[in-house]
Amino acid sequence: MISLKKNFNIAQFQSLIALFVLCLALALLTDNFMSTDNFWNVMRQISVNVCISVGMTLVVLTAGIDLSVGSILAFCGAVTAGLLKNGLSIPSLNLFIGFTVLGAIVAGFLIGGGLGFVNGYAVTKFKVPPFVATLAMLTMARGFTMLWTKGHPITGLGGSFGFLGTGWFLGIPMPVWISGLVVITAVILTSKTRFGRYIYAIGGNENASRLSGIPINKVKIWVYSIAGLLAAVGGVLVTARLDSAQPNAGISYELDAIAAVVIGGTSLSGGRGTIWGTVLGAIIIGVLNNGLILMNVSPFWQQVIKGMVILLAVIIDKSNQKSE
Amino acid sequence: MTALLEVKEITKKFSGVTALSNVNLRLEGGKVTALIGENGAGKSTLLKIMSGIYTDFEGQILFKGQEIKFSRPKDAQEMGIGIIHQELNLIPYLTVAQNIFLGRELVNAFGFLEREKMINKTKALLNRLKLEVEPTALVGTLKVGQQQIVEIAKALLTESEVVFMDEPTSAIGESEVEVLFEIINKLKAEGKAIVYISHKLDELFALADDFVVLRDGKVVGQGGVSEISRSQLINMMAGREVKVVKKSTKNCTEEKVLEVKNLGLLNPENPQRPLLKDISFDLCKGEVLGVYGLMGAGRTELCESLFGLNHRKLTGSILLNGQKTGFKSPIEAIDAGMALVPEDRKKDGIVAGMSVSKNLSLTVIEKVSKFGFLSDALHTKLYDKHVASLKIKVHNEDQAIKNLSGGNQQKVILGKWIERNPTVLMLDEPTRGIDINAKNEIYELIARLSASGISILVISSEIPEILAISDRILVMSEGEITAEFSSEEATETNIMNACIPENMNQ
Repeated sequence: MISLKKNFNIAQFQSLIALFVLCLALALLTDNFMSTDNFWNVMRQISVNVCISVGMTLVVLTAGIDLSVGSILAFCGAVTAGLLKNGLSIPSLNLFIGFTVLGAIVAGFLIGGGLGFVNGYAVTKFKVPPFVATLAMLTMARGFTMLWTKGHPITGLGGSFGFLGTGWFLGIPMPVWISGLVVITAVILTSKTRFGRYIYAIGGNENASRLSGIPINKVKIWVYSIAGLLAAVGGVLVTARLDSAQPNAGISYELDAIAAVVIGGTSLSGGRGTIWGTVLGAIIIGVLNNGLILMNVSPFWQQVIKGMVILLAVIIDKSNQKSE
Repeated sequence: MTALLEVKEITKKFSGVTALSNVNLRLEGGKVTALIGENGAGKSTLLKIMSGIYTDFEGQILFKGQEIKFSRPKDAQEMGIGIIHQELNLIPYLTVAQNIFLGRELVNAFGFLEREKMINKTKALLNRLKLEVEPTALVGTLKVGQQQIVEIAKALLTESEVVFMDEPTSAIGESEVEVLFEIINKLKAEGKAIVYISHKLDELFALADDFVVLRDGKVVGQGGVSEISRSQLINMMAGREVKVVKKSTKNCTEEKVLEVKNLGLLNPENPQRPLLKDISFDLCKGEVLGVYGLMGAGRTELCESLFGLNHRKLTGSILLNGQKTGFKSPIEAIDAGMALVPEDRKKDGIVAGMSVSKNLSLTVIEKVSKFGFLSDALHTKLYDKHVASLKIKVHNEDQAIKNLSGGNQQKVILGKWIERNPTVLMLDEPTRGIDINAKNEIYELIARLSASGISILVISSEIPEILAISDRILVMSEGEITAEFSSEEATETNIMNACIPENMNQ
């Protein structure tokens, strides 16, 4: 009870109320919003954003940013799909490796984590600003995706893989199970472990952290690697749901993730924010998207409204900070 | 004589907490008024009201008998109230002239900047302040002391009639202090009213005509400086009898803990002038070694070098317990038993938004973990222990450290190192910006720690402090050790003589 109180702040309380009001309004304004089908539909849709937003939260807490998650998502989804469908053949060595579902997924995860590692390495060892390092990765990973897919979707991946995106287990969709697991792990990681404490300390004051003997570079490299890994998880979910890896999947997903992080009350200057806040942020964006579609709002207006919500969220957060 | 500026019955509350209550203040032209009080007494709040930063308060401000109201800082500036804030508010990437004219640039009829005019005005201003830098030099390339003078120039540009100075000497060396005092006396002769805030009582006695003592938001004493003694002032500030503790016991043994031999630190910007040159000294078990030097003497660089920073640019050797060390990072230095309380608390010491107990556990996170997970109960235990033994004034363990006073923040920083039981504890300006009671507590703590066998290296730019706490004193100047005194032979004069660079002694 005490720890619940401790981890719960005004910003999240406000977000919860905002979400409640939003849901109430949509329930009154539309016929379908309150149906069970629609509920799971929304939850399934947001699960990809939840995964990458959790990674983004860790990065932002260290006062960094990761623009590459959308491209990493696309590349890892494509790698998993390609390995699953075609295996890996290296003609010059006369070698062919076939992949099981698990093997293909693990390979995708490794690539995601690896590209995240490269981000982290560039940021810490070469002191490249995170914005620039991950912008470069955004471009490179998209290029890798095009090279790997030759610009065409990879489709027909088989039912057991598709189960991850479309299946149900104990009455809950698989993507929700997976994103839920990611969230719980991240909550424990950030609030209950040394690693989590170090993330907050580095974002709060990097100099003081260094002088306290915190391994700054190691922590940051891990954080970017985890963000890459979670982008890969998102990639597997997207690919499995569509039964197809699209070369232009995940475009601008990084912006949705940053929006969720910001709406959730995490400070872009680091050191302040929570995973739960981000989850709330992702749910608000998801419900808003869903509601606007149900209300037949034009896609053009949807973007305008989403932008306004992000701006409003940050303005409210700033005024909270001032009154503190 | 009518007062230039009069403050009547000012009360200011922050969400129910009274920061100032019924404060009255009368400033006359041609006089220096010392505003003193412990940290948290309300000096900064008063300053922020006078500078137009806080606009909602009860009471009146009268300027030459007329009531005035500020709605923003610029109003106060235009009215002729200049404020020199304690922290430097300069932009390092702009030139001296650009900084001085920031927000009030001179423009011609077409709206273009009048660069020449501004540079010439700056030149005149800098001449008046005896600061020998080019108006076109980037502020970031100046020394801290010079930057402080630029800050003063900024306040003088508008020909302010009332000038508030908030601890203007906290970052500058003795020679710059002299220039500053000359300037203040000149302003005084021109009929301006000056309010001088400082913790350094010597400066107040040298400078001020009147004094005002604030305690807990109230004026508890005011009058002429000539009518009051130092100890009376201190008692007024503290509200009780306070004495500066003088170290009585000597804990030094013959056992050498730290041996520094011919340590050098290259200066990448100027290879001719290394930051540290041929530094050699020993530190014994349980000894308190004071290091005195002016700004830029290399004191902080020495601490950093011993702590594993700058390892690529170091020459010479450092032995800890007889073992040669080559720390490549603070992590390695800490593992070997070194600890550093840095000079700039806000920038390098505290994680401002984090709670007190989280700040305390930063260096000993394994001690508050159970089975790899952080434990709330162990945090509380650690917190209780240090709050009791260091007398930290704090509401609860979840209070953010930034809401504590400077002295209490410093105690938290000390606590996180004491918990590691270091072999060598380095304290870089441990009492900067801290009130006298907390200072004394820290002096007592230093004595206690050295008695327990910890070897302590203290850097300070306050001679009385160095004299009070050290077993032995090193004096540094321009990256070199220029003198060593035992606590018996050290006096203010011989320390000062040793720390002035040679080219300034002529």
